[in-house]
Amino acid sequence: MSEEVIISMRPFAAAGISLLGALVIICFGNRVAPNVRESWSVLAALGKGMLVFSMVPAVLSGKVYQATLFQVAEGIGLTLRTDPAGMVFACLASFLWILTTVYSIGYMRGHREKNQTGYYACFALCLCATIGISFAANLATFFVFFEMLTLATYPLVVHYRDGESRRAGRKYLAYTLISGQVMLFGILCIYALTGRGDFTPGGFLSGGTAPSWAMEGLFAAMILAGAVKAGIMPVHGWLPDAMVAPTPVSALLHAVAVVKAGGFCIIRMVGYVFGPALSARLAADTLLALLAAATILAASLIAMRQDHLKRRLAYSTIGQLSYVALGAALLAPVSMAGALFHIVAHGLLKITMFMCAGAVFVRTHKAYISQMRGVGRSMPLVMGLFAVASFGIAGMPFLPAFISKLEIGLGAYETGHPAYLAVLAASSLLSLAYFLPVVWTAFSLEKTGEIEREDKKDKTGEEEPAMQRGLFPGWDDTDWRLVLPPLLTVSAAVILGIWPNAGAGIFELAAMAAKEMGAVG
Amino acid sequence: MRENAPVCIVILPLAAALLSLCLGYVKKEAAGWAAIIGLGGAFLCSLQVFCQAVKTGEVSYYLGNWEPPYGIAFSIDPLSGLIAMMAALLALLSAIYALSFVKEEGWVRYAGFYALLSLLAAGLLGMTITGDVFNLYVFLEIASLAGYGLIGFGGGKSALASFRYLLIGTIGASFYLLGIGYLFAFTGTLNMADLSERMSPFFENTFMWLPMAMILIGFGIKMALFPMHGWQPDAYSYAHPGAAGLIAGVMAKIPAYAMLRFFFCILDPHVPSVQMAMNLAGIAAAAGIIFGSVMAIAQKDFRRMLAYSSVAQVGYIVVGFSIGNPLALTGAVLHIVGHGFMKSSLFMTAGAIRYRYGIVLYENFGQLYRRMPVTTAVLVLSGLSMIGVPPTAGFFSKWYLGLGAAEAGEWIYILLLLVSSLLNAVYFFRVFETIFMQQPSSFTQKEADDCSANKPGGKELPLTMLFSMGAAGLLVLVTGLCNQPMAQILLSSLPEVIHS
Amino acid sequence: MIQTINVILADYLIYMLIFALFFLSILGIMICGNYIKKLICMNIMQVAVIFFFLCTAQEEDATIPILEEGIANPALYVNPLPHALMLTAIVVSLGTTGVAIALLMHIKETYGSVEESEILRRSDR
Repeated sequence: MSEEVIISMRPFAAAGISLLGALVIICFGNRVAPNVRESWSVLAALGKGMLVFSMVPAVLSGKVYQATLFQVAEGIGLTLRTDPAGMVFACLASFLWILTTVYSIGYMRGHREKNQTGYYACFALCLCATIGISFAANLATFFVFFEMLTLATYPLVVHYRDGESRRAGRKYLAYTLISGQVMLFGILCIYALTGRGDFTPGGFLSGGTAPSWAMEGLFAAMILAGAVKAGIMPVHGWLPDAMVAPTPVSALLHAVAVVKAGGFCIIRMVGYVFGPALSARLAADTLLALLAAATILAASLIAMRQDHLKRRLAYSTIGQLSYVALGAALLAPVSMAGALFHIVAHGLLKITMFMCAGAVFVRTHKAYISQMRGVGRSMPLVMGLFAVASFGIAGMPFLPAFISKLEIGLGAYETGHPAYLAVLAASSLLSLAYFLPVVWTAFSLEKTGEIEREDKKDKTGEEEPAMQRGLFPGWDDTDWRLVLPPLLTVSAAVILGIWPNAGAGIFELAAMAAKEMGAVG
Repeated sequence: MRENAPVCIVILPLAAALLSLCLGYVKKEAAGWAAIIGLGGAFLCSLQVFCQAVKTGEVSYYLGNWEPPYGIAFSIDPLSGLIAMMAALLALLSAIYALSFVKEEGWVRYAGFYALLSLLAAGLLGMTITGDVFNLYVFLEIASLAGYGLIGFGGGKSALASFRYLLIGTIGASFYLLGIGYLFAFTGTLNMADLSERMSPFFENTFMWLPMAMILIGFGIKMALFPMHGWQPDAYSYAHPGAAGLIAGVMAKIPAYAMLRFFFCILDPHVPSVQMAMNLAGIAAAAGIIFGSVMAIAQKDFRRMLAYSSVAQVGYIVVGFSIGNPLALTGAVLHIVGHGFMKSSLFMTAGAIRYRYGIVLYENFGQLYRRMPVTTAVLVLSGLSMIGVPPTAGFFSKWYLGLGAAEAGEWIYILLLLVSSLLNAVYFFRVFETIFMQQPSSFTQKEADDCSANKPGGKELPLTMLFSMGAAGLLVLVTGLCNQPMAQILLSSLPEVIHS
Repeated sequence: MIQTINVILADYLIYMLIFALFFLSILGIMICGNYIKKLICMNIMQVAVIFFFLCTAQEEDATIPILEEGIANPALYVNPLPHALMLTAIVVSLGTTGVAIALLMHIKETYGSVEESEILRRSDR
């Protein structure tokens, strides 16, 4: 590629700043006032955001920042490289981290959670890993950060430390560690077979490296880790259970960082390791696409039956993430761009919904949809945002998911698989079918705004002392920290939906990435 | 002084062993300081010799200026220098760590402990740097005898464990001695370099399998290679907690290193009979990896769990030998070093928890992290390294092993490594879960009530223990991060060292 | 036939005997129930190893390795090295025995017996 390479430590600074933040948070711990501790979080988030976004213009103009910190292993550097695809993901993650940090402060204090120091530290670690994943320039670096993300998320999943969250944590670890080891197996094979592992647009593996059954196995091994993190069926089991975590965790990690890292992993593997040409030859793409399509439909159907709002959101996530896999598996440049853009679009919209769910939960302690009658009457802004995001997920025009779905659909059409168009359409309808009832219930007139005592069925709220009746002391009806972040994400979504290139030029970046992936293959 | 550095690696701990007994009679604390100074000196010497070996190649030292093959030679190449450095460093850390364990003892036990510890270090270091196979036997026995003593120091069942280990260990040493007797009968020499030159006509000998099997069994017993590991769990768990780090971390690794020397430097790895021996060892190691991991899952005693996990981890090293290409050997050597640090720091944490609360069953570790944050941090770090999480040492040794296995087409070994990592994850995450999520047990709770240890970091442990435990834990990370220079040194020096 | 057997016996019989001794003593270590007997077996095993080394030194028609007038051919002397080595090995075995006896005394103090079955019974309690 004729890209101009800028040797710069800026990618490392972007990843490292949250590592530093985590260290500072751990060191200060509970010994300083929560305000000081949390201001470190916010500072790290802002710094990271600025660093990431400051790299956008250069990347847009076709340059990349690249740096090798040290050699991970003989001949393989710990290298970060800001290519367009990584940039898309990094922008999303770093932007949302700022908002989620603010939201976390409101949520965690409103909820009087324990172990907040560990919570913020792990959160920062996760973000470090996410940026590392998005900028990783070779398989070894990618794996290092991938495992880091797995482990940094574990403490967040088991945040409440009760039996249920421990079970969820074990399940999460079982899924991710096993798939991680399988991926390591694949990575070792690739290094041993080809002697290289640098991500190359269009892929660097050639069909002649090994017999085709072996290549298919390798493809499966490499995709598996991504599929597990992205929650593609049948390896999605951990995701709904992991919803026992506090809502900001679910919001950022299970709508953005972890699952999107899985989707991003699939894109990386298909576009930068195997390459579209080889993937097509292995016929692995068809399998992946079928799996993704099946997941989209099945997850939507299961989502309809969930009464727990966060679980419903989780299944919706599973379905939506398969769009990314589908877009990657279709192998058309336009669908690749759609897949990348969908990472952003879905991230913005889903995090909004999680934040709204969290706000409702903090305010009323209601986690089940059937209990939410009339909640919208007392929290009109929150539920309004939720409604907008629901329409967005369904693919309403002027919201970003419309664009990504359009692109993926175009890809399906171009590659001659119009059946997937039907899947997309069905999924849109289904997502309306499972989200509109929530909105409907929330705004229903039967109970108007009475905040009653929380239900005993409510499992998510472990912190009994915090659950006094009615309003929470110290938490006002209009806690800006809980309302502002979703407001901002929805605004960002609307802006992106109307001008996809607004701000960071996300759509342009996605298109660039898709072009370079398709260019060689 | 500089040219005498190689011999000082052994002489200083040896002198420290004698001195600590004499000084201990006068003032018992002096015994500890003598050992620490001696071991520190040994570490500095090994560091110096290692640097020299990296710069100029093999460093040789002829004892009494008798040229080999008549005299005994110490020969240090980058490979043995690295191992010697690891052993000396861990011995030093153990000596510092043990200070508070023996504080209350009378002078005989105090000075005796440090004499034995220095003697153990001297034996292990001697085994690493010697260039003579019989000398290796002598050092092996010095180390073992000191080790029996240190294990017997532990109290309770330790004398029994130690006696059993003594019997089995002596059988192993006798096997080794018979093996080198055979080689001596073939070639008439005991010097390693000389042997490796003179061995080649005898590879076709019908009886060649005999010495090979004997050396394999000898080292196999000493390094607790499955199925010759029977002595090991008891010995490790009942060993004196102050020395358990060194015993578990290094004592099994040096025979592994000696095995590498024997099969790859003295004998020729390309000879079919050697390959067969290595394949056999590989199969045993593979079985050991699974067996050790499964047994570790079944244990309730934290120390026994670690001991069984050592059976598995020694398997990694031998698997590396069995694959036998430079990448895999690099992985194996890195694992010798890395696992030395990991196991030492883990046994140190186990000792520290026992020191503070007197508990060894991990199910009582609930909420430990609030009272012992540093210990927990080291435990988690080393545990993650055992699982093989980047960027800790354990990941990179596995990385090279895996690369080597993939290069050699030994897919089954890669699979084995990965399965073993997952099994490791099972038993380590179980411990982590207990530490972070279990309600405090009656032991820790009681302690918490009458001890004002609520301030994190305050009065967790004596400073000496914290220091050496933290240092060992940090070394796990450092070995991981700096694996590349080490691997580069190994990859460039191994082909010279290995018989080709 | 007889000739060959004779040669084999002459050349290898001693080694066979040594090996028989070696493995018998290992068997002894395994099956003896008494720790002192185990220890004795261990000593016998070490003696077998010493025998082995000494046998390798043996040469036909050779004399003790002290330089004599008129004999310059080194093949006419017994190889002195194994003897020297075995001195060391004897010292080592002495040391091992010493440590073992010390441990046994400790075991006897703790459990009141050096019988394995007895010790197991008591340590289980």
